[in-house]
Amino acid sequence: MREITYVEALNEALREEMRRDERVIILGEDVQLGYSGRGGLFLVTAELMKEFGPERVRDTPISEDGFVGAAIGAAATGLKPVVEVMYADFLLCCMNQIVNVAAKLRYSTGGQLKVPLVIRAMIGQGRGVGSDHSQVPLAWFMNVPGLKVVAPATPYDAKGLLKSSIREECPIMFFESFLLYRTKGFVPTEEYTVPLGKADVKKEGTDVTIVAVSTMVPRALSAAEKLKELNINAEVVDPRTLVPLDKETIIKSVMKTNRLVVAESGVKTCGVGAEIASMVMEEAFDYLDAPIKRVAAPHIPAPAAPTLEQITIPNENDIIKAVRELFER
Amino acid sequence: MYTKMLEIRRFEEKIGEEYGKGLVPGLVHLSIGQEGVAVGVCANLKDDDYAIGTHRGHGIAIAKGVPLDKLAAEILGKESGCCKGRGGSMRVAYINKGLLYSCPIVGTGLPLAVGVGLSIKLRRTNQVAVSFFGDGASNTGDFHEALNLAAIWKLPVIFVCENNMYAISVHIKKSTSVENISERARGYNIPGITVDGNDVIAIYNAAREAIQRARNGGGPTLIECKTYRTVGHGTTDPGVAYRSIEEIDEWKKKCPINRLRSYLIANRILSEESLQRIEGEVEARVKEAIKFAEESPYPSPDQVAEYVY
Repeated sequence: MREITYVEALNEALREEMRRDERVIILGEDVQLGYSGRGGLFLVTAELMKEFGPERVRDTPISEDGFVGAAIGAAATGLKPVVEVMYADFLLCCMNQIVNVAAKLRYSTGGQLKVPLVIRAMIGQGRGVGSDHSQVPLAWFMNVPGLKVVAPATPYDAKGLLKSSIREECPIMFFESFLLYRTKGFVPTEEYTVPLGKADVKKEGTDVTIVAVSTMVPRALSAAEKLKELNINAEVVDPRTLVPLDKETIIKSVMKTNRLVVAESGVKTCGVGAEIASMVMEEAFDYLDAPIKRVAAPHIPAPAAPTLEQITIPNENDIIKAVRELFER
Repeated sequence: MYTKMLEIRRFEEKIGEEYGKGLVPGLVHLSIGQEGVAVGVCANLKDDDYAIGTHRGHGIAIAKGVPLDKLAAEILGKESGCCKGRGGSMRVAYINKGLLYSCPIVGTGLPLAVGVGLSIKLRRTNQVAVSFFGDGASNTGDFHEALNLAAIWKLPVIFVCENNMYAISVHIKKSTSVENISERARGYNIPGITVDGNDVIAIYNAAREAIQRARNGGGPTLIECKTYRTVGHGTTDPGVAYRSIEEIDEWKKKCPINRLRSYLIANRILSEESLQRIEGEVEARVKEAIKFAEESPYPSPDQVAEYVY
């Protein structure tokens, strides 16, 4: 069984889709060489320029609004751009293009245009890089009609979901986790895809459902291990895509366990957990034996100092604490 | 070109009336006085060349060949509109004639046009992309990012500034650091020219040269057309609080349509009779289009979630 890293999985997805479909191009800052000389600051685009040339793997000037806008125009007229925006925080520089154009173009033209576009961005907490390099803005994009939001947690999902995203005909916000980039996992050598809108039960359990998003998935899995010592058998559900959200899998799990904790690394206020918790309240309230708990970051900008930053990042202990509180009522 | 300009003028006058009757949802921005720019540029374009318009985009749409009835129906929010009523006055698109979109947010269309240019270049077709925008847009980051990108990648994009000197009520002298917006092309090492925006022939010639250069791989051009909207910013703006009646009257005398009419007569290209015939035909076509729009049904509420993805 072959194990590769999350970054290698993403790189394979790009390579395979570029080979499969010549309309697929890559745009972004430092995607051709980067400081490794191989491609991309984190090597997601490693060696792609070598194979596909500078026409299809394009370095852009630092002008997110410009090149994301350009990618939208290119997508609407026959190409399939995959755009790298580096840190997810930098998406704010092109929010107008993403929200007002990419997300709305198909609707506002009555279906005349499609925008087959993937925007890749990295969420990277815990590196001491501070308030504008550490945000986890998944919920911001969930709030925009017309976008799909993807957040894989394993190399297998990263590859399969990126391939599916590139084959979609609509704009996709694809969030990669810096902390997961070097993690290894099973990735088949044969062709496969992971469909959007399908959650994955990462660990089965009977006593509590932990819905964990992106970076929180491994933390939830290790929390689940420790909870066993307390005789709590937790089920860990990874939605994998937040829009469209696989409500069915989450509700089925809650109907079985009767308890829910939602774990995300973004800010709690109006976060992913708020949406999932409300959805479960609306659709499965009668199955709940305890109030829903949310594990998320506090409403504080990310500090640079490690002692401060660490307490703003939700971890496995926060998940354990939330689960225990459900049973201590 | 005379017919097209007149179509725009008569069409927009009628749309103003429709707005007064409460038949137009939302906002309407008329381009009365500016017809020469869209027509002069688009007369050089084929159906499969792309144009991207603005919130003030009816004239661009008509110049690019969008049928009057589909345009009128769109503005009235009808299912028979070119965007099935989902876009409305500010978001007109009609891909059959190469009108990609109209971007209501000032400046937003310029990067899109760059992407269209990139797509043309990589697909190796001989098309061009034209981005229309106002003087206000030339102060946005989008303008500068787009010109830079188009220049470094040598893309077949024509940036056409419809400089009517007012961003809603703010005069260009208050907002813009250069005398001519075309000077900004120098910062991106591309050709930039300023033309009389009420002289449709001058615009036609300038656009023809830029479009030929773009088709031959010569890259982008910035064309600034100095013009004027003799009406307000939107239909609720009488347009007189921030500019003098004398100024408006002065520009009305420079009407691009009358100017071309006099030229056609003086040079014996068309007779008074044939011009009158054209004018009658235009009047009838516009009337017909508005009637079609008024009589068309609104989209059915059960279709509201169509076309999201």
